[in-house]
Amino acid sequence: MSNTTEQSGMLVGLPGDDPGNAGNGALDRLLRAAGVFGRQREATIFVVAAALLLYFGLTHSSTFGSRANAIDLLSEIAAPIIIIAAGEVLLLICGEIDLSVGFIFAASPFVMFYLNQYYGVPAALAIILSLAFGVFCGWVNGFLTVTLGLPSFITTLGTGFILGGFALYTSHAEPKTIPPATVGIGNWIGTNPWSQFIWAVIVVVILHVLLTRTPWGLHTIATGDNQLGAREAGIKVGRIKYGNFMIIGFLGALVGLQTAFYQVTIDPLAGGYQPMFYAVTAAVIGGTAMLGGSGTILGAFLGAMALSTLIDGFDILGITANLLDIIFGAAILIAMIANVQLARLRARGRT
Amino acid sequence: MTSQSPETPSAAAPAPDGYSRVMGPDVLQAEHIGKRFGAVTALVDVNLRLAKGEVLGLLGDNGAGKSTLLKILCGFQQQDSGALKINGQEVLLRSVDHARSLGIDAVYQDLALINQLSVYHNMFLNRERLSWPLLNNRSMRKIAREHLDAMGVNIPSVDVDVARLSGGQRQAIAIARAVYSDAKILLLDEPLAAMGAKEVAIILDLIKDLKRRGDVSIIIIAHNYGQALEVCDRINLLQHGMITLDKASNDTSVAELNDIVVAEYRRAMEARQRA
Repeated sequence: MSNTTEQSGMLVGLPGDDPGNAGNGALDRLLRAAGVFGRQREATIFVVAAALLLYFGLTHSSTFGSRANAIDLLSEIAAPIIIIAAGEVLLLICGEIDLSVGFIFAASPFVMFYLNQYYGVPAALAIILSLAFGVFCGWVNGFLTVTLGLPSFITTLGTGFILGGFALYTSHAEPKTIPPATVGIGNWIGTNPWSQFIWAVIVVVILHVLLTRTPWGLHTIATGDNQLGAREAGIKVGRIKYGNFMIIGFLGALVGLQTAFYQVTIDPLAGGYQPMFYAVTAAVIGGTAMLGGSGTILGAFLGAMALSTLIDGFDILGITANLLDIIFGAAILIAMIANVQLARLRARGRT
Repeated sequence: MTSQSPETPSAAAPAPDGYSRVMGPDVLQAEHIGKRFGAVTALVDVNLRLAKGEVLGLLGDNGAGKSTLLKILCGFQQQDSGALKINGQEVLLRSVDHARSLGIDAVYQDLALINQLSVYHNMFLNRERLSWPLLNNRSMRKIAREHLDAMGVNIPSVDVDVARLSGGQRQAIAIARAVYSDAKILLLDEPLAAMGAKEVAIILDLIKDLKRRGDVSIIIIAHNYGQALEVCDRINLLQHGMITLDKASNDTSVAELNDIVVAEYRRAMEARQRA
């Protein structure tokens, strides 16, 4: 099942798509549409996410369906997972992973804070430099992985510790209040109740287009699917990996700033492994292969929505955090089993 | 990087026995090519010519140096000694990209195809057509379709993922891609290995078709003598890093080639027994 199935299957129709002579009946068209939908890799996870939303929405309409909960769910819980997951999809497709992104998340707002408070850097510039710091962290991950040849799992484990330590050590493990000068811009980034989710949607749209409609996306897929072949075709495989590390570094810094602004506090213990693992989970249940070569941003978006709905819904049901982990783990496995088995069924049906 | 030794003779090397020029001017000449890997001498002294529009079969046992020669001809590695001439001009191929810019393109056994991408995206891999900054899929789809049709490559749709094609179809697409990218000298590494009769027919047809058009010269590395004689104008046999036989396909036969190789096995076995 490939990334391009989504385009090709939809637009042109694959051989054997046509169930006999295509009649004009509405039912026929509906069936065909259902067939096309069923072949989309995102179909399963879409159904799962929609079913979860429906379930909680119908059974707990007064709480789950409230505006306050919508903001909690979409901006506070889902947005960080969505944004990081979108970045992880690109990296996973080209055969790498970033475990450090949650610590770029933690460290970047401190960069903004120190620059603004201690060095008098104007708010806007401090924010831009903080995002640039995220990109730089991505570059370092790329350098260690591509140029020095470490496995990215190890690279980002190491840089993650360093960045997490940097946030804790320089802040003396004390949370800081957002610098007053940055509050105005912060509104656009994360303080406004909807801004995080809006950013998440923007990131998803941009990265989806990047992955499916640009040479960068094709080369990312080629790098993960057949690295030697990609190289023989003249693709600069190293550059693709550097770039994707830098993209997720930027996204990690963005999410770090958003969370800080939303909570009006810069917490050295924000981020960490949890959002990263949620994001990788979202990417994988959304159809991204852990071994590279295939994946979709939309799938990761839907995966993140399904996970966030579970987190939020269980919270509303009053399930304790400890029990939640058990149910959560089982839910991940069930979603994965459904995904893998359906993909198998589809593959059998097609060839 | 290594370079050819200064004592390389500038005059063309004498052609090995049996060489007869039936085609146009030489597009590629390899003169006294040598290549060592540490203590191992892969190529001793290889002299090889390829005429315009010619299909040359390069045969030889495993370890005879075929792959090394191919890698030198496509710029992947550089020879230690000897010279390469393209259209009569001596060049040192610095890289695969450099060779490609001179019209030399290799189709490797692994084919450099991306399974997860469609046929047309593979055709245009790293040469994508854009309506900036986005891919111009419509244009690539159309050109790929036309080009494959013109080459007689038969696939159900250019939209299918390469993973879903047969070995022969995949090989055909890899060759079509090289031809489309304006390759004048095609190096095919075992294009018929591990293929069924039907698949072999697809590729042999494709090569014959290219031969008829006459603007592409091809070197085929092959194991199967019958298949090589079927499609090649001329056969070179590589043994122990040297070309030991150079004959037009009409002047040799599967039996003769077999005898030469069997004789080599006998010698190898006798040597083992003596040891």
